[in-house]
Amino acid sequence: MGAPILVLYAHPRPELSRVNQAMAEAVRDLPEVVVRDLYGLYPDYVIDVDAEQQAVRQADILVWHHPLQWYSGPPILKEWIDVVLARGWAYGHGGTALRGKLVLSAVSTGGKPEAYQREGFHGHTVPDFLRPYERTATLCGMKYLEPFVFYGSYAATETQVHEHAEAYRAHLQSLAKQRAAEHG
Amino acid sequence: MDGHNVLLSAFFFLAAAVAVVPFARRGGLGSVLGYLLAGVFIGPYALGLVTNAEDILHFSEFGVVMMLFLVGLELEPAKLWRLRVPILGMGGAQVVGTALVLALIAILLGQTWQTGIAIGMALSLSSTAIALQILNERHVLGTTAGQSAFSVLLFQDIAVIPILAILPLLATGLLDGSAVAAASDDGPAWLRALTVIGVVAGIVLAGRYALRPVFRFIAGSGIREIFTATALLLVVGTALLMQLIGLSPALGTFLAGVVLANSEYRLALESDIEPFKALLLGLFFISVGMSINFGVIGDHPVLIGGLVVGMIAVKLGVLLVLARAFGLPGEQNLLFSFVLAQGGEFAFVLFQFAAAEGALTSEVTEMLVVVVALSMATTPLLMILLDRVLRRMRSPANQREPDKIELEGHPVIVIGYGRFGQIVGRFLSANGVGMVILDNDPDHVEVLRQFGVRAFYGDATRLDLLERAGGETAKLFVVAIDDKEKTVATVQAIRERFPQAKVFARARNRDHVYDLWSAGAHFTHRETFDAALTMGREALVALGEHPFAARRRARMFSEHDEKMLADGYAVRDSDESLVKLSRQAREQLERLVAVDKGVTPAEKDHGWGD
Repeated sequence: MGAPILVLYAHPRPELSRVNQAMAEAVRDLPEVVVRDLYGLYPDYVIDVDAEQQAVRQADILVWHHPLQWYSGPPILKEWIDVVLARGWAYGHGGTALRGKLVLSAVSTGGKPEAYQREGFHGHTVPDFLRPYERTATLCGMKYLEPFVFYGSYAATETQVHEHAEAYRAHLQSLAKQRAAEHG
Repeated sequence: MDGHNVLLSAFFFLAAAVAVVPFARRGGLGSVLGYLLAGVFIGPYALGLVTNAEDILHFSEFGVVMMLFLVGLELEPAKLWRLRVPILGMGGAQVVGTALVLALIAILLGQTWQTGIAIGMALSLSSTAIALQILNERHVLGTTAGQSAFSVLLFQDIAVIPILAILPLLATGLLDGSAVAAASDDGPAWLRALTVIGVVAGIVLAGRYALRPVFRFIAGSGIREIFTATALLLVVGTALLMQLIGLSPALGTFLAGVVLANSEYRLALESDIEPFKALLLGLFFISVGMSINFGVIGDHPVLIGGLVVGMIAVKLGVLLVLARAFGLPGEQNLLFSFVLAQGGEFAFVLFQFAAAEGALTSEVTEMLVVVVALSMATTPLLMILLDRVLRRMRSPANQREPDKIELEGHPVIVIGYGRFGQIVGRFLSANGVGMVILDNDPDHVEVLRQFGVRAFYGDATRLDLLERAGGETAKLFVVAIDDKEKTVATVQAIRERFPQAKVFARARNRDHVYDLWSAGAHFTHRETFDAALTMGREALVALGEHPFAARRRARMFSEHDEKMLADGYAVRDSDESLVKLSRQAREQLERLVAVDKGVTPAEKDHGWGD
């Protein structure tokens, strides 16, 4: 078995990114983590399903790591879900490959946390907006964890970004440890 | 005939054909009737411009031989094998049945039984030239009726051999020593049979193993007319050989055609022989028209008319019964029967032979020649009549299902199967698109064939070849030949000749793109553009650019370049404008890339800064 954590990193403009790119860099060297840059691997949107399923099979924890844009993830993540989580493999008759695994959404928003309240500007919380991802995970028999969110990337300082990236690293490490303990 | 006379005769023939045939065709009479009429006009009973109809008839009969060669080329051995039942069954029944009925009638009309049988056999044959020409002209050779008619004609060609053997036996001095001796003076029967088998086997083996290397060598020399000469040599040689052993030359060349049907030279051979065939056949029809003896008709108008109608009625009746018996569907049996109801050109030969052998009197022979010639002229008329009747029957409730067209028609023709054409072709064929592949390098075609690619040799700048390849029904041409000028000329020619098809052409560079656009190409692409851009894109990635960014930039570059190419078309003749345009375009692209990189703020921010 390979590294327990598979980070599926989806950012269409990583060279312009501040928060997400820093996060990805912060976890890349962890022995427990494999980062797959989906836009880097599949710039033409044609996903190698076998390779992706192989990577998923070897991991115990999946991380959907992306900025929130128009209340959702970037298109390649949707494509990844569409083609990799195939019937008979991820769900449906004989679709047990994902059962028991954990899923974490690691996302960032441009707006501040107060905008993501029921009574705030957007009218819903981030977990509300991530409901489709949660259902997707649940349908495949996976446990959907509390999302790991960074709010207000527009106004974030260098220090805040750095601290969040370190926190991301620590979070993944602790998830891996916890999981190892559970499995004994 | 001295040289002057030959030219003068040729002039009259051509003039008559040019003057009459197009009108006949336009007027819905078909080309065959047009040629026959032209023959009547210049013949001895109208203007009397040309008199030696008989010589010309013999010479132009070679058109039928060529026609059979071409038919053979279209018929692969496997297809021929599938036709064995109609050939032997329908063909055999037609010849025997028709001959017996006609013989009976002749005897009832007061002929001796020997003469009756001779007449029956000679008249049982149909005209390959007329029937095939009409079927071809109507594009129905591939239908059930067309295939059945062809099968019967093929059997008749074979039947000529035994008929020639029987005729001397029917001579009035029946079975006296001299007739038997004449029939067997070619040596013992087993030796003849052995010779025939040997020659046929020789043709098959030569076609299989010797001819292809020869054609390859000739084609490799690149001298087009020598290829044509080789093709003609093959047909003439085969015909001579068959004559030598007493078989029908048409049958021999047909066989040679079948053997070559699978070869890569099929299309080239077809388009080389086709014009000769067409001219000779036209000449043949003209000479049939000329040989209609209006003097005899004038002497016995009622008798001749009755004989023509009677013969056609009998032949038609037998054919209709056969069509029913062999289960031809619906209107197919009418087409089949009408197209074969005339007397054949071989009857002329048989009559002469029979007269010489004493099986027929010269008076009967003369009359029968007129009857056969007239019956040939009636076929185009009968076909027009059939069309009328069918149209009335069909409308409106009596609609039938369309004829099953068995001839292959591929939607795509790929011209040039080198590095470029091959990729297009392989991609299309991986997607189940049928295509005809042409290449003008015989060695290359040979290699392709070894890899199982059904490529044909041929210079695709020749329109006749493209026609043979199915240009008239093709949806799309891919022109992927090396030579720039040839590409442009080919595109232009295809657009003019086959306006229904789209033309996709490989371009070398920008100027070539412009030339191809001017020539009417629907789509053209610079051959190295995508490969070079892909390499550029990968180079960017190797230098550390993110793959998705590299993809976007490549896309940007390509769109921009295509746009500049299109803009430049209007000013293509001015170097100055082109240079200016290209400088503007470069600056514009630099600006776009700067925005994409985030160096310059975008006017419309997509907001991917998280």
